[in-house]
Amino acid sequence: MDRILKSFAARLAAAGLAGPGDALFLGQDDAVACNEPGHPDRDVAEAALRALQASALACVRPAEPYRTILDFLLTRHPEIITPGDCETRLFLHDLPVARDFSAEAMTGALRRRKGVILPGPRLAAPGSVGPEQAFVTVSSMCFAAFVLFFEEYLDDLRHGRTTPEQREAFARAVSHLPGARADRPALARGPFQDAAQARRAMLEAGRATVAFGLVDSYFGNISCKLGGVVHISQTGSSLDELAGCIDACPLDGSSCAGLTASSELAAHAGIYAADPTAACILHGHPRFAVILSLDCDLPDCPDRGRCHLDCPRPRRAGGAPVVPGEVGTGPRGLCHTLPPALASERAAIVLGHGLFATGRTDFNEAFAHLADTENACREEYFRRVRDLGG
Amino acid sequence: MHGWTGSILTADLTTRTQGVLHPSEETLRLFPGGRALAGHLLRPRVGLPWDHPDMPVIFMAGPLTGTGAPCSGRCHVASRSPLTGAPGDASTGGNLGPALKSASWDGLVLTGASDALLGLEITSGGVRFVEAEALRGADTEAVFTALPGWDSLACVGPAAENGALSASIVVDRLQAAERCGLGLCLAAKGCKYLAVSGERPVSVADPNGLAAANRDILRLFNASPALRGPLGFHRFGTAALCDLTAARSMMPTDNFRHTRFEQAGGCNAPALAARLLPASAPCPSCPVGCVQRTGDGRLLPGFDVLSHFTALIRNPDPLLAVEAVNLCARLGLDPVSAAVSLAALAEITGRALGPERLLGLLEDTALGRGDGRLLGRGARRLAEELGKPDAAMTIKGLEIPACDPRGAYGLALAYAVSTRGACHQRALPLAHELLRKPVATDRFSFLGKARIIKLAEDQMAAADSLPACAPAFLAAGLEEYARAFTAVTGLSVAAGDLALAGERCVYQERLMLAELGFTAQDDDLPERFFREPGDQGEDFEAPPLDREEFLAARARYYRVRGLDDNGLPRRDTAEALGLAWTAS
Repeated sequence: MDRILKSFAARLAAAGLAGPGDALFLGQDDAVACNEPGHPDRDVAEAALRALQASALACVRPAEPYRTILDFLLTRHPEIITPGDCETRLFLHDLPVARDFSAEAMTGALRRRKGVILPGPRLAAPGSVGPEQAFVTVSSMCFAAFVLFFEEYLDDLRHGRTTPEQREAFARAVSHLPGARADRPALARGPFQDAAQARRAMLEAGRATVAFGLVDSYFGNISCKLGGVVHISQTGSSLDELAGCIDACPLDGSSCAGLTASSELAAHAGIYAADPTAACILHGHPRFAVILSLDCDLPDCPDRGRCHLDCPRPRRAGGAPVVPGEVGTGPRGLCHTLPPALASERAAIVLGHGLFATGRTDFNEAFAHLADTENACREEYFRRVRDLGG
Repeated sequence: MHGWTGSILTADLTTRTQGVLHPSEETLRLFPGGRALAGHLLRPRVGLPWDHPDMPVIFMAGPLTGTGAPCSGRCHVASRSPLTGAPGDASTGGNLGPALKSASWDGLVLTGASDALLGLEITSGGVRFVEAEALRGADTEAVFTALPGWDSLACVGPAAENGALSASIVVDRLQAAERCGLGLCLAAKGCKYLAVSGERPVSVADPNGLAAANRDILRLFNASPALRGPLGFHRFGTAALCDLTAARSMMPTDNFRHTRFEQAGGCNAPALAARLLPASAPCPSCPVGCVQRTGDGRLLPGFDVLSHFTALIRNPDPLLAVEAVNLCARLGLDPVSAAVSLAALAEITGRALGPERLLGLLEDTALGRGDGRLLGRGARRLAEELGKPDAAMTIKGLEIPACDPRGAYGLALAYAVSTRGACHQRALPLAHELLRKPVATDRFSFLGKARIIKLAEDQMAAADSLPACAPAFLAAGLEEYARAFTAVTGLSVAAGDLALAGERCVYQERLMLAELGFTAQDDDLPERFFREPGDQGEDFEAPPLDREEFLAARARYYRVRGLDDNGLPRRDTAEALGLAWTAS
């Protein structure tokens, strides 16, 4: 148990979400274990863990820029934060804020929601089936807060309502951003001859996508079409740890063994059908692509608040089309909106969600489209900020 | 009062009289509905013999039933199981729960016993006792044909009338309260059918809040590969899981002597779909529709039944499985118990089950003829009487469904400690050990599983008490259903409150088990799983379960659950949960 708890703390550190010693993970079966027994937050976190009876609990002091971002968001949304990104809409719903750092406050919020923001700032999340669940929630909260902060700043600039504190927080957060990467990994060359070769290429491309910061490890997905079979990452798998987590899904539907495949299997299958030249698909959640997809300069839009479902305006960001669509296969699912967009494009952004890119022979092309589009979105974001005087 | 009607109909079949119970608000807070409330009403009389006239058979809806909350069209049935001797319960879909609610009843408690066969016709005015001798011996299809026009119809078939211990209650043709032999409990009361109609909508405190909660739940359903993905239940029914258990070497084969079935690919859900072109037949308020039927109205087997009527008995013909499940539905027989009993018989006698013999034995089971008399007593009694008790693949006397525990250790623990006997829905371990939800866990490890299983048991007991269908919890959770509950009832509850109600429900069942003499000895698995390996997978082995590790995990579970070392309830835990220490 100790080893597992330490591994998740290390993963948060590797993702730049929490510094060494700032991620407290507790777990319990019939006895409590902890990755940092001497941590000053331990007593409060353990009391909350016991009250919740959960299997695990993460209590994390996030690293910069998340610390600055959360500090500012707490001043603006002192009781509840409601980001508009897809992860929040689907899983988190909203981010409650606790007024004090205590076991009671933590427990009260976590009896209702998957995560809570506490003074410090700290992020806390429980897991009913272990620490991985808490890790995923904390990652999602960081992502959601990041997207909301930068999206709100741009919108406030546009409407002339930024505050000095907000501008200061923005400058500080930007100063902590890692630079955009112009280099590209040398990934395996296609076309792939067999499933084993394709899967090795998927493992390599997945690791590169995480290493380049184009997705948090537990999100996104990847696939490769070989013959009549789509090899696709499993739902809830880490793109940087795909070994043993790839399903083979025959396109003729002759087996349900791919029941554990990504929730976007239908979208991937639709993309391959819409573009017969596509051989592989890479889906990440690069931050500025998501932020720009949410940025709308249309005043009094009747669809505001519903744009992720069916925004009627053709839009582009970073050179890629932006399409609405929810996760999965519902009537508003991105399995309906994304394939038409990728029939004639190599990359498309799903509003508030992430970026899909395709390659004709291997993942080099898909990766390049993913990274180039994100870099273009980042440049475009800061150009808009500058144009608006920010 | 919103959500609940506040009234439970009682009917005494001896005196043909009726009454009404009005549970207090405090009772409904502690035991919201469904499984929890049924258990609360069962407990004072659970020590009676299963066929005692005063032993109730309870049908219980819940606060969400009939409100349109996703997957809430359920009804829980409970009594003492004639098959296991333990408290027995089963959840059924169909329209029975919603119809009870629209007839202004939260539930129905049947007591007494009639010499003459009766039907009960239930409306908002109460119950009418109707002579049903003309239907004696009739199969369920004949009953449904004879009694059209009701919002819901539940009935027993020949299996119950002839004393099969695993008789089921068939509901609206395609659904059933299958497990634990509850059909026999109903037949013992002299009741052939329940017919229910009503027209009162359920009162919802905050319709807009409910719509918002439903949207959150549906969004999660749509994002779930298992529920609504291209290979999921919406398209293929729960039988979609068969390919997964086959790929993980967890498909019980040859009465659990193997875990891989060479012909599994030809028996899977897509193979059936290609030949029979089924469509889903969803329950009310269900956007998934995991039950499938053919154009001519035949039921398609779900996961456990397709697997057991093919791999378990080494039958390579999925169409025979379709015939078998439809025959079970007509006869009113639990197909899982029937298949496991047949597999035990095949193992003990060494005689294979060809198509004619299989269908003939199912009919004999229901009619109490020849070998069917023994089969109707369930796998445990059959194996004991034939001198080979090890061939009975049962837990607490209930036949094991279609997942082999050597391939998933959380499942092994969940099977063993389940209060009603072998069941993979009581703690839904397939969610994380196979389907990777909410995250994947190591299926070949007991690490952390004691608490995981305890928490999941609480969640699923809460789900059964709202009620909400188990598969819904492959996508949504108590967090989302708490919002629906709050909107329906007007009572502000959080996920943690519902989990506590679930914990209380499970502990109440533990109290009843203890009152009936069940101990840690009963929280165990057949020796086969500790002695023989499963079949090797593509890149993994499935060794026998390590008994010491299993016992250590079970001991941890007892501590987490607040039981003593022998798996028995503790007074301090019971009272902390608001449960009486002794039934009265």
